[in-house]
Amino acid sequence: MNETISFFSGFNINDLWFLGEAAMRTLWISVLSISIGTVLGGFFGWLLYEGRLTAALTIAPVLDIFRSVPLIIQLVLFYNFAPIVGLDLDPFGSGVVILTIYTAALVANVARGGIEAVERPMRRAARSLGLSYWQDMRYVVLPIGGRAVFPAWVGVALGVMKDSALVSVLGYVELLKASQILITRTQEPFLILIIAGAFYFALSFPISRYAAKLEQRWAQ
Amino acid sequence: MIEIRGLEKYFGALQVLKGIDLDVEKGEVLSVIGASGSGKSTLLYCINGLEPIQKGSVLVDGSDVHAKDTDINKLRQKLGMVFQQWNSFPHLTALENVALAPKIVKGKSKAEAHDIAEKQLKHVGLADKLSVYPNALSGGQQQRLAIARALAMEPTYMLFDEATSALDPELVGEVLDTMRLLAEEGMTMICVTHEMGFARDVSDRVAYFHQGVMDEIGPPEQIFGDAKSENTRKFLANVR
Repeated sequence: MNETISFFSGFNINDLWFLGEAAMRTLWISVLSISIGTVLGGFFGWLLYEGRLTAALTIAPVLDIFRSVPLIIQLVLFYNFAPIVGLDLDPFGSGVVILTIYTAALVANVARGGIEAVERPMRRAARSLGLSYWQDMRYVVLPIGGRAVFPAWVGVALGVMKDSALVSVLGYVELLKASQILITRTQEPFLILIIAGAFYFALSFPISRYAAKLEQRWAQ
Repeated sequence: MIEIRGLEKYFGALQVLKGIDLDVEKGEVLSVIGASGSGKSTLLYCINGLEPIQKGSVLVDGSDVHAKDTDINKLRQKLGMVFQQWNSFPHLTALENVALAPKIVKGKSKAEAHDIAEKQLKHVGLADKLSVYPNALSGGQQQRLAIARALAMEPTYMLFDEATSALDPELVGEVLDTMRLLAEEGMTMICVTHEMGFARDVSDRVAYFHQGVMDEIGPPEQIFGDAKSENTRKFLANVR
Protein backbone atom coordinates (compact mmCIF):
# COMPACT_ATOMS: atom_id res chain seq x y z
CA MET A 1 0.00 0.00 0.00
CA ASN A 2 1.99 2.88 -1.19
CA GLU A 3 -0.94 5.01 -2.39
CA THR A 4 -0.97 8.52 -1.09
CA ILE A 5 -3.78 11.01 -1.00
CA SER A 6 -2.79 14.27 -2.61
CA PHE A 7 -4.37 17.53 -1.41
CA PHE A 8 -2.59 19.44 -4.07
CA SER A 9 -2.76 19.01 -7.85
CA GLY A 10 -0.80 20.84 -10.54
CA PHE A 11 -1.94 23.67 -12.78
CA ASN A 12 -3.87 22.44 -15.82
CA ILE A 13 -5.71 23.79 -18.81
CA ASN A 14 -9.08 23.91 -17.03
CA ASP A 15 -7.59 26.31 -14.53
CA LEU A 16 -6.82 28.66 -17.38
CA TRP A 17 -10.55 28.62 -18.21
CA PHE A 18 -11.29 29.29 -14.56
CA LEU A 19 -8.98 32.32 -14.65
CA GLY A 20 -10.43 33.45 -17.95
CA GLU A 21 -13.94 33.44 -16.51
CA ALA A 22 -12.70 35.35 -13.50
CA ALA A 23 -11.08 37.88 -15.81
CA MET A 24 -14.45 38.40 -17.49
CA ARG A 25 -15.95 39.08 -14.05
CA THR A 26 -13.23 41.64 -13.38
CA LEU A 27 -14.06 43.22 -16.74
CA TRP A 28 -17.79 43.17 -16.05
CA ILE A 29 -17.64 44.72 -12.57
CA SER A 30 -15.17 47.34 -13.89
CA VAL A 31 -17.17 48.25 -16.99
CA LEU A 32 -20.34 48.58 -14.94
CA SER A 33 -18.76 50.68 -12.18
CA ILE A 34 -16.74 52.88 -14.53
CA SER A 35 -19.73 53.55 -16.81
CA ILE A 36 -22.19 54.48 -14.06
CA GLY A 37 -19.45 56.21 -12.05
CA THR A 38 -18.45 58.34 -15.04
CA VAL A 39 -22.01 59.53 -15.68
CA LEU A 40 -22.47 60.26 -11.97
CA GLY A 41 -19.03 61.88 -11.74
CA GLY A 42 -19.81 64.05 -14.75
CA PHE A 43 -22.92 65.27 -12.98
CA PHE A 44 -21.00 65.93 -9.74
CA GLY A 45 -18.30 67.74 -11.73
CA TRP A 46 -20.95 69.96 -13.29
CA LEU A 47 -22.38 70.65 -9.80
CA LEU A 48 -18.91 71.54 -8.52
CA TYR A 49 -18.45 73.92 -11.46
CA GLU A 50 -21.86 75.57 -11.43
CA GLY A 51 -22.73 75.25 -7.74
CA ARG A 52 -19.52 76.89 -6.52
CA LEU A 53 -20.06 77.67 -2.83
CA THR A 54 -23.07 75.41 -2.25
CA ALA A 55 -21.35 72.47 -3.89
CA ALA A 56 -18.10 73.22 -2.08
CA LEU A 57 -19.98 72.95 1.22
CA THR A 58 -22.12 69.92 0.39
CA ILE A 59 -20.90 67.35 -2.11
CA ALA A 60 -17.22 68.29 -2.19
CA PRO A 61 -16.47 67.01 1.36
CA VAL A 62 -18.39 63.77 0.69
CA LEU A 63 -16.42 63.17 -2.50
CA ASP A 64 -13.22 63.95 -0.58
CA ILE A 65 -14.01 61.18 1.89
CA PHE A 66 -14.56 58.60 -0.85
CA ARG A 67 -11.39 59.72 -2.58
CA SER A 68 -9.26 59.63 0.55
CA VAL A 69 -10.37 56.52 2.47
CA PRO A 70 -8.68 53.35 1.14
CA LEU A 71 -11.01 51.42 -1.10
CA ILE A 72 -10.56 48.20 0.88
CA ILE A 73 -11.90 49.90 4.01
CA GLN A 74 -14.88 51.33 2.11
CA LEU A 75 -15.68 47.88 0.72
CA VAL A 76 -15.51 46.07 4.03
CA LEU A 77 -17.46 48.77 5.86
CA PHE A 78 -20.18 48.95 3.24
CA TYR A 79 -20.52 45.18 2.86
CA ASN A 80 -20.85 44.63 6.60
CA PHE A 81 -22.90 47.65 7.58
CA ALA A 82 -25.28 48.04 4.63
CA PRO A 83 -27.47 45.15 5.87
CA ILE A 84 -28.05 47.10 9.09
CA VAL A 85 -29.88 49.77 7.11
CA GLY A 86 -31.75 47.12 5.14
CA LEU A 87 -29.49 47.01 2.08
CA ASP A 88 -28.78 43.33 1.69
CA LEU A 89 -26.35 43.21 -1.20
CA ASP A 90 -24.19 40.31 -2.32
CA PRO A 91 -20.43 40.84 -2.77
CA PHE A 92 -20.91 41.74 -6.43
CA GLY A 93 -23.60 44.34 -5.64
CA SER A 94 -21.57 45.87 -2.82
CA GLY A 95 -18.50 45.97 -5.04
CA VAL A 96 -20.39 47.74 -7.83
CA VAL A 97 -21.86 50.31 -5.43
CA ILE A 98 -18.54 51.21 -3.83
CA LEU A 99 -16.49 51.12 -7.05
CA THR A 100 -19.12 53.31 -8.71
CA ILE A 101 -19.05 55.93 -5.96
CA TYR A 102 -15.25 55.77 -5.88
CA THR A 103 -15.11 56.29 -9.66
CA ALA A 104 -17.64 59.13 -9.44
CA ALA A 105 -15.55 60.85 -6.74
CA LEU A 106 -12.46 60.72 -8.96
CA VAL A 107 -14.27 61.63 -12.18
CA ALA A 108 -16.00 64.62 -10.56
CA ASN A 109 -12.74 66.54 -10.40
CA VAL A 110 -11.75 65.44 -13.88
CA ALA A 111 -15.11 66.61 -15.22
CA ARG A 112 -14.90 69.97 -13.47
CA GLY A 113 -11.43 70.41 -14.96
CA GLY A 114 -12.88 69.61 -18.36
CA ILE A 115 -15.56 72.28 -18.10
CA GLU A 116 -12.99 74.79 -16.87
CA ALA A 117 -10.76 73.93 -19.82
CA VAL A 118 -13.28 75.55 -22.17
CA GLU A 119 -12.63 79.21 -21.71
CA ARG A 120 -15.31 81.82 -21.27
CA PRO A 121 -14.79 83.58 -24.65
CA MET A 122 -15.33 80.28 -26.45
CA ARG A 123 -18.59 79.72 -24.61
CA ARG A 124 -19.73 83.27 -25.22
CA ALA A 125 -19.02 82.82 -28.92
CA ALA A 126 -21.19 79.70 -28.88
CA ARG A 127 -23.98 81.49 -27.02
CA SER A 128 -23.76 84.47 -29.39
CA LEU A 129 -24.74 82.09 -32.22
CA GLY A 130 -28.00 81.41 -30.40
CA LEU A 131 -27.01 78.13 -28.72
CA SER A 132 -28.83 77.57 -25.45
CA TYR A 133 -26.94 76.76 -22.25
CA TRP A 134 -27.46 73.02 -22.78
CA GLN A 135 -26.64 73.12 -26.48
CA ASP A 136 -23.42 74.90 -25.59
CA MET A 137 -22.72 72.18 -22.98
CA ARG A 138 -23.49 69.34 -25.37
CA TYR A 139 -21.89 70.55 -28.60
CA VAL A 140 -19.04 72.78 -27.41
CA VAL A 141 -18.06 72.10 -23.78
CA LEU A 142 -18.43 68.29 -23.86
CA PRO A 143 -16.31 67.65 -26.97
CA ILE A 144 -13.66 70.29 -26.26
CA GLY A 145 -13.40 69.79 -22.49
CA GLY A 146 -13.85 66.04 -22.83
CA ARG A 147 -10.84 65.79 -25.10
CA ALA A 148 -8.78 67.95 -22.78
CA VAL A 149 -9.29 65.64 -19.81
CA PHE A 150 -9.61 62.35 -21.68
CA PRO A 151 -6.11 61.15 -20.68
CA ALA A 152 -6.93 61.86 -17.02
CA TRP A 153 -10.17 59.91 -17.35
CA VAL A 154 -8.39 56.94 -18.93
CA GLY A 155 -6.02 56.99 -15.95
CA VAL A 156 -8.98 56.85 -13.57
CA ALA A 157 -10.64 54.04 -15.53
CA LEU A 158 -7.51 51.87 -15.65
CA GLY A 159 -6.91 52.55 -11.96
CA VAL A 160 -10.44 51.49 -11.03
CA MET A 161 -10.11 48.33 -13.08
CA LYS A 162 -6.99 47.32 -11.19
CA ASP A 163 -8.52 48.39 -7.88
CA SER A 164 -11.49 46.11 -8.57
CA ALA A 165 -9.14 43.35 -7.36
CA LEU A 166 -9.98 44.54 -3.86
CA VAL A 167 -13.55 43.28 -4.21
CA SER A 168 -11.96 39.86 -3.68
CA VAL A 169 -11.94 40.57 0.07
CA LEU A 170 -15.74 40.30 -0.01
CA GLY A 171 -15.48 36.87 -1.61
CA TYR A 172 -16.41 37.84 -5.16
CA VAL A 173 -14.47 35.51 -7.42
CA GLU A 174 -12.83 37.88 -9.81
CA LEU A 175 -9.33 37.53 -11.18
CA LEU A 176 -7.39 37.97 -7.94
CA LYS A 177 -9.70 35.81 -5.85
CA ALA A 178 -9.58 33.10 -8.51
CA SER A 179 -5.80 33.24 -8.44
CA GLN A 180 -5.77 32.85 -4.66
CA ILE A 181 -8.01 29.79 -4.91
CA LEU A 182 -5.71 28.22 -7.50
CA ILE A 183 -2.60 29.04 -5.51
CA THR A 184 -4.04 27.28 -2.50
CA ARG A 185 -4.69 24.17 -4.58
CA THR A 186 -1.59 24.08 -6.78
CA GLN A 187 0.97 25.69 -4.51
CA GLU A 188 2.33 27.44 -7.59
CA PRO A 189 1.99 31.12 -6.70
CA PHE A 190 4.67 32.32 -9.10
CA LEU A 191 3.11 30.81 -12.21
CA ILE A 192 -0.44 31.73 -11.31
CA LEU A 193 0.29 35.31 -10.36
CA ILE A 194 2.16 35.78 -13.62
CA ILE A 195 -0.86 34.46 -15.52
CA ALA A 196 -3.22 36.68 -13.51
CA GLY A 197 -0.94 39.66 -14.18
CA ALA A 198 -0.99 38.80 -17.88
CA PHE A 199 -4.80 38.83 -17.80
CA TYR A 200 -4.84 42.28 -16.16
CA PHE A 201 -2.39 43.47 -18.78
CA ALA A 202 -4.54 42.00 -21.55
CA LEU A 203 -7.53 43.95 -20.20
CA SER A 204 -5.68 47.27 -19.76
CA PHE A 205 -3.39 47.36 -22.74
CA PRO A 206 -6.01 47.56 -25.52
CA ILE A 207 -7.70 50.40 -23.62
CA SER A 208 -4.56 52.47 -23.24
CA ARG A 209 -3.56 51.76 -26.86
CA TYR A 210 -6.98 52.74 -28.15
CA ALA A 211 -6.91 55.87 -25.97
CA ALA A 212 -3.50 56.84 -27.34
CA LYS A 213 -4.82 56.37 -30.90
CA LEU A 214 -7.82 58.58 -30.18
CA GLU A 215 -5.63 61.31 -28.70
CA GLN A 216 -3.39 61.14 -31.73
CA ARG A 217 -6.33 61.54 -34.05
CA TRP A 218 -7.70 64.50 -32.09
CA ALA A 219 -4.32 66.19 -32.09
CA GLN A 220 -4.34 66.41 -35.88
CA MET B 1 -33.41 98.80 -35.68
CA ILE B 2 -31.45 98.80 -32.45
CA GLU B 3 -32.63 101.31 -29.83
CA ILE B 4 -30.55 101.87 -26.73
CA ARG B 5 -32.00 104.05 -23.97
CA GLY B 6 -30.29 105.20 -20.77
CA LEU B 7 -28.07 102.12 -20.68
CA GLU B 8 -26.05 101.77 -17.49
CA LYS B 9 -23.69 98.91 -16.77
CA TYR B 10 -21.61 98.16 -13.69
CA PHE B 11 -18.90 95.60 -13.02
CA GLY B 12 -19.18 95.44 -9.24
CA ALA B 13 -18.81 99.03 -8.06
CA LEU B 14 -17.22 100.17 -11.31
CA GLN B 15 -19.59 101.89 -13.71
CA VAL B 16 -18.49 101.15 -17.27
CA LEU B 17 -21.47 102.57 -19.17
CA LYS B 18 -22.99 105.77 -17.85
CA GLY B 19 -26.30 106.25 -19.61
CA ILE B 20 -25.95 105.51 -23.31
CA ASP B 21 -28.63 106.60 -25.80
CA LEU B 22 -28.09 105.32 -29.31
CA ASP B 23 -30.16 104.30 -32.34
CA VAL B 24 -28.75 102.18 -35.14
CA GLU B 25 -30.86 102.06 -38.30
CA LYS B 26 -31.05 99.08 -40.63
CA GLY B 27 -28.34 99.22 -43.27
CA GLU B 28 -26.17 101.55 -41.23
CA VAL B 29 -22.49 100.97 -40.50
CA LEU B 30 -21.52 102.44 -37.14
CA SER B 31 -17.94 102.45 -35.93
CA VAL B 32 -17.27 102.83 -32.24
CA ILE B 33 -13.89 104.21 -31.30
CA GLY B 34 -12.27 105.18 -28.02
CA ALA B 35 -9.52 104.25 -25.59
CA SER B 36 -9.35 100.83 -23.92
CA GLY B 37 -11.73 100.69 -20.98
CA SER B 38 -14.07 103.31 -22.40
CA GLY B 39 -16.91 100.76 -22.42
CA LYS B 40 -17.22 100.25 -26.15
CA SER B 41 -16.82 96.47 -26.11
CA THR B 42 -19.15 96.20 -23.13
CA LEU B 43 -21.76 98.02 -25.19
CA LEU B 44 -21.73 95.17 -27.74
CA TYR B 45 -22.03 92.54 -25.01
CA CYS B 46 -25.04 94.42 -23.61
CA ILE B 47 -26.65 94.59 -27.06
CA ASN B 48 -26.77 90.82 -27.48
CA GLY B 49 -27.39 90.08 -23.82
CA LEU B 50 -24.08 88.40 -23.02
CA GLU B 51 -23.76 90.90 -20.17
CA PRO B 52 -26.68 91.86 -17.95
CA ILE B 53 -27.43 95.58 -17.55
CA GLN B 54 -28.37 97.51 -14.44
CA LYS B 55 -30.45 100.33 -15.93
CA GLY B 56 -32.02 101.39 -19.21
CA SER B 57 -33.03 99.20 -22.12
CA VAL B 58 -31.84 97.71 -25.39
CA LEU B 59 -34.49 97.03 -28.04
CA VAL B 60 -33.70 94.98 -31.14
CA ASP B 61 -36.49 95.25 -33.70
CA GLY B 62 -38.76 96.17 -30.81
CA SER B 63 -37.80 93.20 -28.57
CA ASP B 64 -36.29 94.03 -25.19
CA VAL B 65 -32.99 92.10 -24.99
CA HIS B 66 -32.90 92.16 -21.21
CA ALA B 67 -36.56 91.44 -20.47
CA LYS B 68 -37.14 88.18 -18.59
CA ASP B 69 -39.78 86.91 -21.02
CA THR B 70 -37.62 87.48 -24.11
CA ASP B 71 -36.33 84.33 -25.82
CA ILE B 72 -32.74 85.52 -25.88
CA ASN B 73 -31.48 82.52 -27.86
CA LYS B 74 -33.93 83.36 -30.62
CA LEU B 75 -33.13 87.07 -30.51
CA ARG B 76 -29.39 86.38 -30.73
CA GLN B 77 -29.93 84.75 -34.12
CA LYS B 78 -30.55 88.27 -35.41
CA LEU B 79 -27.31 89.51 -33.87
CA GLY B 80 -24.17 87.98 -35.33
CA MET B 81 -21.08 88.66 -33.27
CA VAL B 82 -17.39 88.47 -34.08
CA PHE B 83 -14.92 88.65 -31.20
CA GLN B 84 -11.37 89.79 -30.80
CA GLN B 85 -10.35 86.17 -30.31
CA TRP B 86 -11.85 84.12 -33.11
CA ASN B 87 -12.88 81.18 -30.88
CA SER B 88 -13.09 78.61 -33.65
CA PHE B 89 -14.38 75.27 -32.39
CA PRO B 90 -11.14 73.23 -32.55
CA HIS B 91 -12.85 69.84 -32.82
CA LEU B 92 -14.78 70.74 -35.97
CA THR B 93 -13.67 71.38 -39.55
CA ALA B 94 -14.25 74.83 -41.05
CA LEU B 95 -17.42 73.54 -42.71
CA GLU B 96 -18.69 71.97 -39.48
CA ASN B 97 -17.83 75.11 -37.50
CA VAL B 98 -20.15 77.13 -39.71
CA ALA B 99 -22.82 74.43 -40.05
CA LEU B 100 -23.15 73.73 -36.31
CA ALA B 101 -25.50 76.54 -35.31
CA PRO B 102 -27.81 76.30 -38.35
CA LYS B 103 -28.10 72.59 -37.63
CA ILE B 104 -28.75 72.59 -33.89
CA VAL B 105 -30.28 76.04 -33.34
CA LYS B 106 -32.34 76.39 -36.51
CA GLY B 107 -32.94 72.66 -36.92
CA LYS B 108 -31.72 72.53 -40.53
CA SER B 109 -30.90 69.15 -42.01
CA LYS B 110 -27.24 68.23 -42.31
CA ALA B 111 -27.30 68.76 -46.07
CA GLU B 112 -29.00 72.17 -45.77
CA ALA B 113 -26.60 73.27 -43.03
CA HIS B 114 -23.61 72.21 -45.10
CA ASP B 115 -24.97 74.12 -48.12
CA ILE B 116 -25.33 77.25 -46.00
CA ALA B 117 -21.85 76.77 -44.55
CA GLU B 118 -20.27 76.25 -47.95
CA LYS B 119 -21.95 79.37 -49.28
CA GLN B 120 -20.77 81.49 -46.36
CA LEU B 121 -17.23 80.13 -46.47
CA LYS B 122 -17.10 81.04 -50.16
CA HIS B 123 -18.46 84.44 -49.21
CA VAL B 124 -15.46 85.13 -46.93
CA GLY B 125 -12.95 83.58 -49.33
CA LEU B 126 -12.40 80.24 -47.61
CA ALA B 127 -13.95 78.02 -50.27
CA ASP B 128 -10.79 75.91 -50.45
CA LYS B 129 -10.65 75.29 -46.67
CA LEU B 130 -13.94 73.47 -46.09
CA SER B 131 -12.49 70.30 -44.60
CA VAL B 132 -9.57 71.94 -42.81
CA TYR B 133 -9.42 72.07 -39.00
CA PRO B 134 -8.96 75.52 -37.43
CA ASN B 135 -5.46 74.80 -36.12
CA ALA B 136 -4.29 74.63 -39.74
CA LEU B 137 -5.67 78.12 -40.47
CA SER B 138 -3.96 81.46 -39.93
CA GLY B 139 -5.41 84.00 -37.52
CA GLY B 140 -6.88 85.99 -40.38
CA GLN B 141 -8.47 82.89 -41.87
CA GLN B 142 -9.86 81.88 -38.49
CA GLN B 143 -11.35 85.32 -38.04
CA ARG B 144 -12.99 85.09 -41.47
CA LEU B 145 -14.24 81.65 -40.43
CA ALA B 146 -15.78 83.33 -37.36
CA ILE B 147 -17.47 85.87 -39.63
CA ALA B 148 -18.83 83.08 -41.85
CA ARG B 149 -20.05 81.25 -38.75
CA ALA B 150 -21.98 84.31 -37.61
CA LEU B 151 -23.36 84.98 -41.11
CA ALA B 152 -24.64 81.41 -41.41
CA MET B 153 -27.40 82.31 -38.94
CA GLU B 154 -28.54 85.01 -41.41
CA PRO B 155 -28.37 87.80 -38.85
CA THR B 156 -29.92 91.21 -39.42
CA TYR B 157 -27.10 92.89 -37.50
CA MET B 158 -23.41 92.16 -37.14
CA LEU B 159 -21.44 93.20 -34.08
CA PHE B 160 -17.66 93.32 -34.42
CA ASP B 161 -15.65 93.52 -31.22
CA GLU B 162 -12.14 94.64 -32.22
CA ALA B 163 -12.14 91.92 -34.84
CA THR B 164 -8.61 92.73 -36.00
CA SER B 165 -6.88 93.61 -32.71
CA ALA B 166 -5.47 90.16 -32.02
CA LEU B 167 -4.16 89.66 -35.55
CA ASP B 168 -0.63 89.97 -36.87
CA PRO B 169 -0.41 93.23 -38.85
CA GLU B 170 -0.09 91.49 -42.21
CA LEU B 171 -3.36 89.61 -41.60
CA VAL B 172 -5.48 92.66 -40.67
CA GLY B 173 -6.16 93.59 -44.31
CA GLU B 174 -7.96 90.40 -45.29
CA VAL B 175 -10.38 90.66 -42.38
CA LEU B 176 -11.06 94.35 -42.99
CA ASP B 177 -11.70 93.54 -46.67
CA THR B 178 -14.30 90.99 -45.62
CA MET B 179 -15.93 93.55 -43.32
CA ARG B 180 -15.93 96.09 -46.15
CA LEU B 181 -17.60 93.55 -48.42
CA LEU B 182 -20.38 93.05 -45.86
CA ALA B 183 -20.85 96.80 -45.52
CA GLU B 184 -21.15 97.15 -49.28
CA GLU B 185 -23.77 94.40 -49.31
CA GLY B 186 -25.87 96.51 -46.97
CA MET B 187 -25.35 94.63 -43.69
CA THR B 188 -26.16 96.62 -40.57
CA MET B 189 -22.92 96.68 -38.59
CA ILE B 190 -21.63 97.99 -35.30
CA CYS B 191 -17.85 97.83 -35.35
CA VAL B 192 -15.81 98.49 -32.24
CA THR B 193 -12.45 99.17 -33.81
CA HIS B 194 -9.01 100.70 -33.53
CA GLU B 195 -8.70 100.83 -37.32
CA MET B 196 -9.25 104.51 -37.97
CA GLY B 197 -8.91 104.09 -41.74
CA PHE B 198 -11.74 101.58 -41.73
CA ALA B 199 -13.88 103.79 -39.47
CA ARG B 200 -13.36 106.78 -41.75
CA ASP B 201 -13.86 105.03 -45.11
CA VAL B 202 -16.60 102.52 -44.41
CA SER B 203 -18.80 103.95 -41.64
CA ASP B 204 -21.93 106.01 -42.02
CA ARG B 205 -21.41 107.29 -38.49
CA VAL B 206 -18.62 107.15 -35.94
CA ALA B 207 -19.19 107.21 -32.19
CA TYR B 208 -16.45 108.21 -29.78
CA PHE B 209 -16.61 106.66 -26.30
CA HIS B 210 -14.84 108.25 -23.36
CA GLN B 211 -14.93 106.75 -19.84
CA GLY B 212 -18.32 105.12 -20.24
CA VAL B 213 -19.95 108.06 -21.99
CA MET B 214 -20.70 108.46 -25.68
CA ASP B 215 -18.87 111.75 -26.03
CA GLU B 216 -19.62 112.41 -29.64
CA ILE B 217 -21.33 110.80 -32.62
CA GLY B 218 -21.50 111.95 -36.20
CA PRO B 219 -20.49 111.27 -39.77
CA PRO B 220 -16.83 110.36 -40.22
CA GLU B 221 -16.05 113.72 -41.83
CA GLN B 222 -17.15 115.45 -38.64
CA ILE B 223 -15.34 113.13 -36.21
CA PHE B 224 -12.11 112.96 -38.16
CA GLY B 225 -12.23 116.48 -39.65
CA ASP B 226 -14.00 118.74 -37.25
CA ALA B 227 -14.62 117.00 -33.93
CA LYS B 228 -16.75 119.02 -31.53
CA SER B 229 -15.48 117.31 -28.40
CA GLU B 230 -12.11 118.14 -26.93
CA ASN B 231 -11.73 114.50 -25.84
CA THR B 232 -12.29 113.22 -29.38
CA ARG B 233 -9.68 115.57 -30.77
CA LYS B 234 -7.15 114.54 -28.13
CA PHE B 235 -7.79 110.83 -28.73
CA LEU B 236 -7.45 111.13 -32.48
CA ALA B 237 -4.28 113.19 -32.17
CA ASN B 238 -2.76 110.35 -30.16
CA VAL B 239 -3.75 107.45 -32.43
CA ARG B 240 -2.66 109.07 -35.65
